[in-house]
Amino acid sequence: MSEPVLKVVNLKKYFPVRRGLLASLRGEPPKFVRAVDGVSFEVHKQEVFALVGESGCGKTTTGKLVMKLLEPTDGKIYLEGQDVTELRTKEEIKAYRRKVQMIFQDPFSSMNPRFRIYDVLEEPLLIHGIGETRAEREELIYKALEMVKIVPPEEYVHRFPHMLSGGQRQRVAIARALILNPTFIVADEPVSMLDVSIRAEILELMKELKEKMGVTYLYITHDLSTARYFADWIAVMYLGRIVEMGPAKEVIDNPIHPYTRALLTAVPEPDPSRKDVIKELPIKGEVPSAVNIPPGCRFHPRCVYFQKGLCDKKEPQMIEYSHNHWVECHLAGKI
Amino acid sequence: MGRKILEVRNLKMYYFTSRGPVKAVDDVTFDLEKGEVLGLAGESGCGKSSIGFTLMGMPQPPGRIVSGSIKIDGREIVGLPEDVLRREIRWQKISMIFQGAMNALNPVYTIGYQMIEPLIYHKGMEREEALEKAMKYLELVGLDPEIVYRYPHELSGGMKQRVVIATALILEPDIVIADEPTTALDVVVQAQIINLMKRLKKKLGLSMIFITHDLSILAEISDRVAIMYAGKIVEIGPSEKIYNEPAHPYTQKLLAAIPRLHEDVEKLEFIPGSPPNLLNPPSGCRFHPRCPYAMDRCRQEEPKLVEVDKDHYAACWLL
Repeated sequence: MSEPVLKVVNLKKYFPVRRGLLASLRGEPPKFVRAVDGVSFEVHKQEVFALVGESGCGKTTTGKLVMKLLEPTDGKIYLEGQDVTELRTKEEIKAYRRKVQMIFQDPFSSMNPRFRIYDVLEEPLLIHGIGETRAEREELIYKALEMVKIVPPEEYVHRFPHMLSGGQRQRVAIARALILNPTFIVADEPVSMLDVSIRAEILELMKELKEKMGVTYLYITHDLSTARYFADWIAVMYLGRIVEMGPAKEVIDNPIHPYTRALLTAVPEPDPSRKDVIKELPIKGEVPSAVNIPPGCRFHPRCVYFQKGLCDKKEPQMIEYSHNHWVECHLAGKI
Repeated sequence: MGRKILEVRNLKMYYFTSRGPVKAVDDVTFDLEKGEVLGLAGESGCGKSSIGFTLMGMPQPPGRIVSGSIKIDGREIVGLPEDVLRREIRWQKISMIFQGAMNALNPVYTIGYQMIEPLIYHKGMEREEALEKAMKYLELVGLDPEIVYRYPHELSGGMKQRVVIATALILEPDIVIADEPTTALDVVVQAQIINLMKRLKKKLGLSMIFITHDLSILAEISDRVAIMYAGKIVEIGPSEKIYNEPAHPYTQKLLAAIPRLHEDVEKLEFIPGSPPNLLNPPSGCRFHPRCPYAMDRCRQEEPKLVEVDKDHYAACWLL
């Protein structure tokens, strides 16, 4: 297999929890929220890698670490073989940011309301010193807008963000990410705030850009259906760790980890024949706090297959259950 | 056929803004039978939440009911004075689970305190009696009754949503309106809440209007579904019909835009353009600027709901 575009190795991010005065006087050890707790994955060129999980599972933190918006506690991130965690100086980080761009969830708040669309798109060019003259920059801006099908661009460049619809705004956000011709795009819930019809439009656009321009994505979402549609790979996260990972279809159609199974059962589907059936969810209780991660397998208190003495004692290792299909569960294949 | 608990006829509710009336609910007619769940779906801004607020007799200012009739259990509520509405209708006959209500719980009062308020004001109950009833309802929604002594910050999102549902049910209303009750929740919690609502429907024979933009969730619970577009119901019928044999082009396109979990979809369809501004809705059929089948007639004349099948109505000139 070719060299991955992005390689993440044993990535960790712990956030310190503020202690009370009394606790620090007593000399209690500091506590940490273990938001990302040993995550490893690879993303290859022109592929979409989806990080899926519920709120608080660490998927957005992982995205921010990849973007270098946060510094990891431990672990390595490599972009095209280059160690990202070693980048220190402003220039190095700036050069990195040019290669890695982000699309945010909310197209309403991710754009300066006082900027016209032209300014929104010109800003990255100015920051990175691309395009010597105004005319050159204008051409790049028009090209980027045409790419995301905001046509004719002349009609839109002088508008403010509030004069566009939600779908158009998200297209501009995508154009802003693409204008620097990045090698890698982190898309954090790019469609979850959009209406169904617009959601499909944006997903189609992102898919088209992947095929036409060779964009590689890290797609962060809570929505398994869009992940199955858009992504090549799916990694399911739970409490800071990837518990299952593999080709998108394989993970959805043949889930191994009890948590993935529970998640999949919970996804509603537009099929009215099941309206009187009460779905039994194979999961117990609620997500524990990331401050007190359960010992052993971190999913064991909620697992319906829990085996005393094994799951609550020993932490499971990631194993390759079948070709390219990785799972972190003691009981993989036995349940 | 069950008994009609709610009859809405030609309801119009406009928001009177300085730029002119926004026709958020424009000539809407439907019924709700006892023990039935009616799903109300559409994109944002189509007027689905506005209908909810209007049925509660409290259109959000500057909205006003322009014309039409709302009958709850045979009693007309349009035109009733506010104090009668408050004393006799709202929460007692019809109640609502608001979008994001779980974040509207008052952080400085216990759950119990907030739940018993309506019982004391509406039913004149004593504190102890009311608290007992609150505990009974918490148990009904699958919570530990001791939660009455807890504060909102001690509960998780799913638990708070259950509290809100229990509060909406506590005065035993005939009709419950649920406006996006699962939107801010994670999938597992969402599925648990949907299960709870299914159970309550069976156990209490709840009549419910379930408002959401998510057609997948709607399919899980609705007996009938109404699809709204730009302030109007464009299609209404039994869910099996709506999902399997949609008649209106808008419904067809909406369903084709949903990515499926277990099916290979080569290309998702989408509807070009965006919903119209309701200050100035398009002439004729309001969907015609986005409709692939639009004809001259669609631009000029407004289609009425016609029966395409038993109890299945759609408003489109193609039919």
